[in-house]
Amino acid sequence: METEENLTNNYDVCVIGAGHAGIEAALASARLGCKTVIFAINLDSVGNCPCNPSIGGTAKGHLVRELDALGGEMGRTTDECFLQSRMLNLGKGPAVHSLRAQIDRNKYKEIMKHKLELQENLLLKQAEIIDISFEKEENKWILTSKNNIKYKSKCVVLATGTFLEGVVHIGETSYQSGPDGVFPSVLLGESLKKLGMKLKRFKTGTPARVLKSSINFDVLEEQPGDENIVPFSYDTEKIGENKVKCYISWTNDKTKEVILKNIHRSPMYSGKIEGVGPRYCPSIEDKIMRFPDKKRHQLFIEPCGLNTEEMYLQGMSTSLPEEVQIEMYRTIPGLENVKIMRPAYAIEYDIADPQQMNLSLEFKEFPGLFGAGQFNGSSGYEEAAAQGLIAGINAALKVKNKEQLILDRGTSYIGTLIDDLVTKGVNDPYRMMTSRSEYRLVLRQDNADERLTPIGRKIGLINSKRYKKFEENQKLKQEEIKRIKSTVIAPSEELNKVLVSRETSPIKTGVKISDLLKRPQVTYDDLTDFDKTRPEIDKLIFEKVQIEIKYEGYINRQNNQIKELRRLEEKTLPEDINYKEIKGLRLEAVEKLKKISPKNIGQASRISGVSPADISVLIIWLASKKRKGKN
Amino acid sequence: MSTIAAISTAHGIGGIGVIRISGENAAKIADKVFVPFVGEKENCLQNLPGYRAKYGKIIHEKEYIDDAVVLVFKAPNSYTGEDVVEISCHGGLYVTKRVLRAVLEAGADPAEPGEFTKRAFLNGKMDLSQAEAVMDLINAKGKRANQIAFKMREGSSSKKINEIKEKLIDISAGLSVWADYPEDDIPEVDEKTLRESVNKIIFELDNIIKNYDTFKAIKEGVKTAIIGRPNVGKSTLMNLLSDSKKSIVTDIPGTTRDAIEENIMIGDIPVLLVDTAGIRSTEDKVEKIGVEKAKEHMKDAEIVLFMIDASNEFSNDDKELLKVLDKEKTIVLLNKCDINKKVKKEELSTFSGKIVELSALQGSGIEKLKDIIEEFVGLSKFDPSDSVISNERQLLDLKKAKETLHDIIKEIDFGVTLDAITVLFQDVLKFFMEFTGENVSEAVVNRVFSKFCVGK
Repeated sequence: METEENLTNNYDVCVIGAGHAGIEAALASARLGCKTVIFAINLDSVGNCPCNPSIGGTAKGHLVRELDALGGEMGRTTDECFLQSRMLNLGKGPAVHSLRAQIDRNKYKEIMKHKLELQENLLLKQAEIIDISFEKEENKWILTSKNNIKYKSKCVVLATGTFLEGVVHIGETSYQSGPDGVFPSVLLGESLKKLGMKLKRFKTGTPARVLKSSINFDVLEEQPGDENIVPFSYDTEKIGENKVKCYISWTNDKTKEVILKNIHRSPMYSGKIEGVGPRYCPSIEDKIMRFPDKKRHQLFIEPCGLNTEEMYLQGMSTSLPEEVQIEMYRTIPGLENVKIMRPAYAIEYDIADPQQMNLSLEFKEFPGLFGAGQFNGSSGYEEAAAQGLIAGINAALKVKNKEQLILDRGTSYIGTLIDDLVTKGVNDPYRMMTSRSEYRLVLRQDNADERLTPIGRKIGLINSKRYKKFEENQKLKQEEIKRIKSTVIAPSEELNKVLVSRETSPIKTGVKISDLLKRPQVTYDDLTDFDKTRPEIDKLIFEKVQIEIKYEGYINRQNNQIKELRRLEEKTLPEDINYKEIKGLRLEAVEKLKKISPKNIGQASRISGVSPADISVLIIWLASKKRKGKN
Repeated sequence: MSTIAAISTAHGIGGIGVIRISGENAAKIADKVFVPFVGEKENCLQNLPGYRAKYGKIIHEKEYIDDAVVLVFKAPNSYTGEDVVEISCHGGLYVTKRVLRAVLEAGADPAEPGEFTKRAFLNGKMDLSQAEAVMDLINAKGKRANQIAFKMREGSSSKKINEIKEKLIDISAGLSVWADYPEDDIPEVDEKTLRESVNKIIFELDNIIKNYDTFKAIKEGVKTAIIGRPNVGKSTLMNLLSDSKKSIVTDIPGTTRDAIEENIMIGDIPVLLVDTAGIRSTEDKVEKIGVEKAKEHMKDAEIVLFMIDASNEFSNDDKELLKVLDKEKTIVLLNKCDINKKVKKEELSTFSGKIVELSALQGSGIEKLKDIIEEFVGLSKFDPSDSVISNERQLLDLKKAKETLHDIIKEIDFGVTLDAITVLFQDVLKFFMEFTGENVSEAVVNRVFSKFCVGK
């Protein structure tokens, strides 16, 4: 039955956009008890993956794990519909191990949409929001849909992805469109500009989807999944099997020839596109123009799902005309007779300059408005979801008048991502990379739960069953560390044989298990036969213990660096600070500080244009202010 | 808070140089460079109560640098409100800096401009009215530091260092792309090449570090040695040029037994003036050391002022010396020309370099000498355009960078995975980027995308 409240469309939190960012924001907000509505222009595009059919990858896999530890949905859903799973970078060290799963794209959408539908406190609604304004008397935001329905709410999460003023380019053809042929959002951008929000133009692109039966797989290299599959989510107890294979092929001189012959028809090179394209995933014409010496470029052919014959051509994004796309793709071994189902395209869209936001992802100038995902200048499903979760949590916390959740760079890749966006700003779509984190030996994907589950629990997104399991595992881990640090293995011929075969020196006297594990060449598995008191516990606990023992020195070193970071992060700068009045600050620093209004000294120190001398001045100013307050 | 150190007496003024160390490890660090003459040597300063002093020697790289009085203050009863150790040594820029270097290498961080005062304020040792003055101070010095950093960016000094930095960014970008794009078609990182590149960088860094002392002399003072037989008036000239009575002047030959250094300005050029012991055959043991040192100084000096007593006969000793002196860097001074000039200019015909007649006691001829020194420096063959580092802080950073690079080699050999190695490279780069304020991860990520063709 419709209550009066429903009729007036009053909500605590409105989420605009139901992509990866919007979904996490809406679920978090609703789960925290806020009455929430999430809008999508088309309900059949909820949770769409308009680019690659995979979740995770280097650094992105870390984000998914962290998201999961905080109570996000992406990891669980991926586990439910993955087609092939691989742990990348095995052998390169635990800091860069990264999980990636090919997913069934339609299944993913279906599961996500259903989860939104089933969620208490949440309404999923097809509507295009065309206007946003602030109602002073009620202190609420008013959203107006294309059908002229008004929605009121205290907080709004903007997660418009590539929809905002979206323009698709395929060769000389261009038209207003969202991703995958969905309607774009054409009026909201104007409304945001009217509010005074600063928008920028970005560009991204995607390769073609082609018909599976038109590919000659006989000449392609196969890429199977891992034998031992590890789930993304700490909730997933049983994980399925690999169901598909991916394939590898290469471009050649002919491909290059076709591209060069037609380069003037690429909107990127004809000057038609004004948006800044991503450096992290260049189009094939970009790769050929920028790296002319490279003889060939690799591509991956990936299935989009079990109930579809569409295949994705990773590495072959382009905005050349469709007939050129066909000609170009057909130069590639295996694709000689390929048939395009969906052509590749480039898409331009509006983003909000993230420097307008706080570390909570709330706009400084527009209290109650939050931004997340591609709207904030990032790229990638995982980056979007991570921001969505934080924006959703903070919108809900704001409704409840609780302190905002801010993750610092020492806690997580999520914190690093948001700090980078908000503090440094973006010039092209931001992709997460392991090299972006200073603390990557501490921020590993294997320990995301240790780092963030307690925070997720405190916020209220981790249920007691899961938390109990987490605490038990932590206890087991501590006991195991204690055990191996006090258990001595006696030398024996068999053991020394193993040690020598691992190219490490044999032992003459008894050695602690932990000391043997410290050797880079020795693993837990090597010691199984000699370790008589080893308990029967989850394999993942052994993995964590092994990493902690092996990298103890590095981890301690990084933990100290994090401590140093936190010392500066604890020095909070008041919001109403007038930098102009602080004597001793350089003019450039005043301007930059005013623009970013950093939350603390640590963040201030990462702003380019703010010197160590300026930071000293700020520290003194803070201390003298405190002292004045005391007197 | 880190423990910081700096020279806290004004440069070149007075006979005593004070190095101040402040922070929780002040005594611990000082103990590493200080050995008392009497009493327990182990942790001597750490065990000392506040407001107490010890007398002993300062050791750097196993070498005995200077005698020093060391004062210990305990928090909060010190200038900064932290534990403070003050090392008073014999002054002279070179010695003082050497002591500072020893302290920095023992674990102290170089103090930022105004940092002692800043800490004093933060620890409540100053009242509010002083806060703004402190900020002005920091800012004023900050500006100067910025100017220096700017000059360095402009390449006025360290082209070589920049090249090394670029190489390090390349290596880091290679490691980064290898970690972040495991499936892309990029060159494999092999440990052998990595080790080779690191060793090459270590070698280059080593050269720069070794060159530092040489170049420092050019930057901070042209080393000028005053030599000559005993009692020809070297100390008098030194006192005249430096306006102080640092050299003890008597009419007893051999008064100056050790070399005395003084920093003076001749026009715009800083000159490190070294007054050496008189050169003569001597049986006195202490003086003998002084004579050896004088010969050494003569070799090291960029300019040699060879002083001859014109009121006495031109001695055979002097004639011999004149033959071995490098005319490119020697100025012959005919002193005591006001008394009774016995040595004629013609007698010096074998010497084709510059000759100045003067009276150190009266001060005549000094202006001409100053002119010639300026000319000398202007013509000097030193080219500081390459591999110059400009200060102790940078030297320390380079040394730390070198140490970390050694660690990298050790860790690779030990078999540590490359993800941990990348973190060490990040630390090395930090030492290089501190001056220009660049952001390490940003520089590396930018290099990845400009150098490698990666991405889907």
